[in-house]
Amino acid sequence: MASTPRTSPEVGGMGHSVKRKEDPRFLRGKGNYVDDIQLPGMLHMDIVRSPYAHAKILKIDSSAALKVPGVLAVITGQTLEQYKLHWMPTLMSDTQMVLPTEKVMYQAQEVAAVIATDRYAAADGAAAVEVDYDPLPVVVDPFKALEPGAPVLRTDKPGKTDNRIFHWEVGDRAATDKALAASDVVVEQKIYLPRIHVASIETCGIVADFDRIRGKLTVYMTTQAPHAIRTVIALVAGHVGLSEEKIRVVSPDIGGGFGGKVPVYPGYVIAIAASVVIGKPVKWVEDRMENLQADSFARDYHITAALGAKKDGTMTGLRIKTIADHGYADAAANPSKFPAGLFSICTGSYKMPVAFAEVDGVYTNKPPGGIAYRCSFRVTEAVHAIERMTDMLAQELKMDPAQLRMKNFIPENEFPYKSVLGWEYDSGNYPAALKKAMDIVGYDALRKEQAEKRKKGELMGIGISSFTEIVGAGPSKQFDILGIKMFDSCELRVHPTGKATARFGTKSQGQGHETTYAQIIAEELGIPAAHVEVEEGDTDTAPYGLGTYASRSTPTAGAAGAIAARKVRDKAKKIAAYLLEVSEDDLVWEVGKFSVKGAPQKSKTIQDIAFAAYTNHPQGMEAGLEAVDYYDPPNLTFPFGSYICVVDIDRGTGEVKVRRFVAVDDCGNIINPMIVDGQIHGGLSMGLAPALYEEITYDEDGNVHGGSFMDYLVPTAMETPKWETDKTITPSPHHPFGAKGVGESATVGAPPAIANAVVDALAHLGVKHIDIPITPEKVWKILKEKGAAE
Amino acid sequence: MARHTIEINVNGAPSKGEVESRLLLVHFLRENLRLTGTHIGCDTTHCGACTVLLDGVPVKSCTVLAVQADGRAVDTVEGLEKDGKLHPVQEGFFQEHGLQCGYCTPGMMMTSCALLSTNGSPTEADVRRAISGNLCRCTGYVNIVKAVLHAAASAREQKAAKAS
Repeated sequence: MASTPRTSPEVGGMGHSVKRKEDPRFLRGKGNYVDDIQLPGMLHMDIVRSPYAHAKILKIDSSAALKVPGVLAVITGQTLEQYKLHWMPTLMSDTQMVLPTEKVMYQAQEVAAVIATDRYAAADGAAAVEVDYDPLPVVVDPFKALEPGAPVLRTDKPGKTDNRIFHWEVGDRAATDKALAASDVVVEQKIYLPRIHVASIETCGIVADFDRIRGKLTVYMTTQAPHAIRTVIALVAGHVGLSEEKIRVVSPDIGGGFGGKVPVYPGYVIAIAASVVIGKPVKWVEDRMENLQADSFARDYHITAALGAKKDGTMTGLRIKTIADHGYADAAANPSKFPAGLFSICTGSYKMPVAFAEVDGVYTNKPPGGIAYRCSFRVTEAVHAIERMTDMLAQELKMDPAQLRMKNFIPENEFPYKSVLGWEYDSGNYPAALKKAMDIVGYDALRKEQAEKRKKGELMGIGISSFTEIVGAGPSKQFDILGIKMFDSCELRVHPTGKATARFGTKSQGQGHETTYAQIIAEELGIPAAHVEVEEGDTDTAPYGLGTYASRSTPTAGAAGAIAARKVRDKAKKIAAYLLEVSEDDLVWEVGKFSVKGAPQKSKTIQDIAFAAYTNHPQGMEAGLEAVDYYDPPNLTFPFGSYICVVDIDRGTGEVKVRRFVAVDDCGNIINPMIVDGQIHGGLSMGLAPALYEEITYDEDGNVHGGSFMDYLVPTAMETPKWETDKTITPSPHHPFGAKGVGESATVGAPPAIANAVVDALAHLGVKHIDIPITPEKVWKILKEKGAAE
Repeated sequence: MARHTIEINVNGAPSKGEVESRLLLVHFLRENLRLTGTHIGCDTTHCGACTVLLDGVPVKSCTVLAVQADGRAVDTVEGLEKDGKLHPVQEGFFQEHGLQCGYCTPGMMMTSCALLSTNGSPTEADVRRAISGNLCRCTGYVNIVKAVLHAAASAREQKAAKAS
C-alpha cells in the first residue's frame, strides 16, 4: 500500500511525501510557542533554587526581594501549604514537593518563587531571596542508597525504612539460572546507561491565566499530554475550586518534547497557584540550566546481564538485574502497571527460550525522573543490553555478529510471536532488514578492509544493532496512566462544501501531525489532505486523549482518525444510495466517490455527499457528516530495524569518528516517506548523542556536572554523520492501515550499533565492553593501557 | 538603572526604544518589538536559536545588549520574505524538510543566509561548518544541509536568470 500510493498527488493520501502544512508559519517566524504568548497584565515568575543536594531549610528571608522594584510577591512552601498545594502526586503515584517546607532533596530544587512585573525584575527578586540551609548527608550512589544504614531520604513517608522505591520482576528466575548453568558459554557484563537529558531546544514553560469572574483557568503549557494535565490539575487543585470543566489546557507550538514535556514540574504548579491567588496571568519559562539541572532526566540504569548459548551460537537464556536510580522521586511517566516501563522487551529480536529480568527502583539525592529520552518507556535500556550482549557473545564464540544474529532471529513464519517475557510481537522480518543493511553498507568488503587495516595498526570497527521496538500504548486492559486508559481519539467533521476538520487527543512537537493526520483522512475519504484541517492540543476543543510520547500517535490517534473516517464513509454510503436511488449493496467505493456497480458513470463524490448531508439527506437520518472514535488498540506495534555503523578511531586522541551509518527501518505502512525519513534522521542523532557525547554526572556532594550546554554536549552538524536510510515494509496486522510508530526507533537502535562498532575496532586488543558515552578520554585510556595509543 | 534611547534598523525599518542598559537584544526584539520569530534556547551562546544578523553578520542575540545594536541594522526571520515570496533559504527548508519543531529554524536560516551572502556555492562541509553554532535536536542536520544547498542552487539560478 505504501510503496505505490492509491491516491493521486492532488489528494495526497498515504505514501505521498506531502510538504508539511505546519511549515509556512515556522518558516516565517510565526509559530506560537509558550514564550511568544503575551497577555494583558501578565506577570513573570522566576525560581530560587537550592545550591545543596540535601539540606534542612532553616529560614527563607524574602524581605530584600520584596523591596526590588517590580517584585510583587515571593511564594514559598509555607505559602502553598496554606492552600495544601505544597505537595503533588507524580505520574507514577509517588509524591513530590512543589515547594519545600522543611528540606531540599536535590541540587537545583525549587525553593521559592518570585512574581514580578517583568522577567528582569523577577530574576533580581530571585537573587535577593536569602535562604539559610543546614546541610544533610548526601546519597548519590544508588548502590550505597540500598546498603543497610544508609540515610533514609524519604522521611516524609511514614514507616519508610529504606530507599527502595519498587522491586519489579518478570520471567522465570529458577529456569533461567538453570539454563545458564547448562549453557556451553555464558557472557556476563555490567552495563551502565548514564543519566542524560532530552534537552529539547525549547525549554519548558507556562502561562497560567486565571479568570476570577468566570472561575476559569486557562493554561498555555509545554505539554505533550494536555488532556492528562487537565485531569491532573483538577485532581491536585480540586480542593481550591479548580474544577475540570473550568480548566482549559492549551499546548501551543512545542519546540521539541522527546519525553521531557510529559511530567508535571513544580514550576507549572507554582505559576498556576500564583495566577489563581493574584488573579493575573503569570508566565514562567525556565532557562537552559534550570532545564538541564532540574527537569526530569532519563536512564541512569545500572544493568548486570548474562546471556547463555550453545557452542553453535544458539541462545539459551537471558538474565538481567538492574538498579534504577530514580532520584528524589519516582517521577517517570510509565504506564502505571509498568514501573520499569517496557523493559521486558529485553529479549530483543531473538528466539530466547527462557529469560528473567528484575529492576529495583532507588531514591537518591538527584532530581526526580526516569522518563524516556525519545523512547518508549525504557526500551532503549533493554535494547542496549541485549544488543551489546549479543555482540559480546559473538566475540566469545569468535562468530561474526551478523551471522550470530541471523541464527537467533525469530523466524518470519513464527509471527505473531509470543515472547518468553509475555509480549506478542505483531509482525516482523528481521533477516530481511539485516540483509538489506549489510548489502547497502557492503559488509563483506568492510570486514576485509578492517582485517587489512588491523595489520597496519589502524583502528576501524563495524557495529550492528538489530533492534525490536514496542510502541503504541496501548491496549487499555494493560495500559493506563494514573488510572486513565491509554486510548487515543479523533473527532472528524466533514463540512457542507466537502472540506474537513479533524481534532485529535495527541499533540505534535515537530512530528508533523497536521500533515500526516490529514493524509490519513485523505486516504480514507478521498478529501484532499490540503482540505483537511488538523487541530490538536486544546482541551476545550479536542477529544480526550493521552497525548504524544512513546511513538504512540500513529498507532493510536492515527488509527482513530482512520476509524472515524470509515464511520463517516459508512454514513456517506447511505446518503449516496439515497441520492443515486440504489441499494447500498449496489455501491462500490473508489478513492473519493461511491459509484453504482456496473454503471461507473453513476456516482457521487464525497463532496457531493457532504453537501447532501446538510441539504438533502434522507428522511429519518440525522443531518451532518461527523464521527468520533476513541481507539483502543488490540496490541502494541513492534517496529524494528537493522543498523550498521562504521567507525574509525584516532590512536592519538581516542576520538571516534562515525564514517558511515546505514539504517534500515521497518515501521509498516508509511504515511509520509519524507516525514518518516526525517524522524529517523532525528532519532539517529539522538542515538549518536548519548553513545558518544552526553552524560550528566554528580560529585559525592550531589553537585551536578553537565548542567549547561558548556558541559552537556549536544552534537552539532560537525559531529553528526550523513545518515543513510532505507526501509523494509512489514505491515502491522492489527493496525487499521498497517502502520507502526517510528519516531523513536532510531534513538533506540543507534546507541548499541555505535558502541558495538567501537568495541569491534578494539576487540583484537582484548576489549569486550565500553560504557556509553564513549568519549575520547575513555578510548584513549584504553589505548594507553593496551599499549596501542599513538 | 540607566536607560538609553536607541534606534535600530530592524528588517529595513527604524525601530526606536527606551531601554535599560542590561536589556538583551533578543528581549528587545521579542518583547519590545513583538518579533517573536527569534527564539531563546540557552542564554549562553551555545544553541543559536536566537541568531540574527547584525550589520549582515550572524550574532547570537541572547549575548548582545540592545544598546550595542544602537544605530546598526538587524535582520530577523520576519524580514526574509519579500513581496509575498519566500527567501530561497526559506524555500529550501520547506522543500527539503529542513525543519520539524521549528524552534531552531529561524536562527538556522539566518546563519544560512549569512553563509550564502559570502559563499554562493558552498560545499556540504562548508554548510556543516557554518551551522555548527546552531543546535537542532529534531532533524539530524541531514535535511538542513540539503536545504541550504537547495537554497544556494536556486539563488544561483535566480541570479543567472536575472543576468540573461
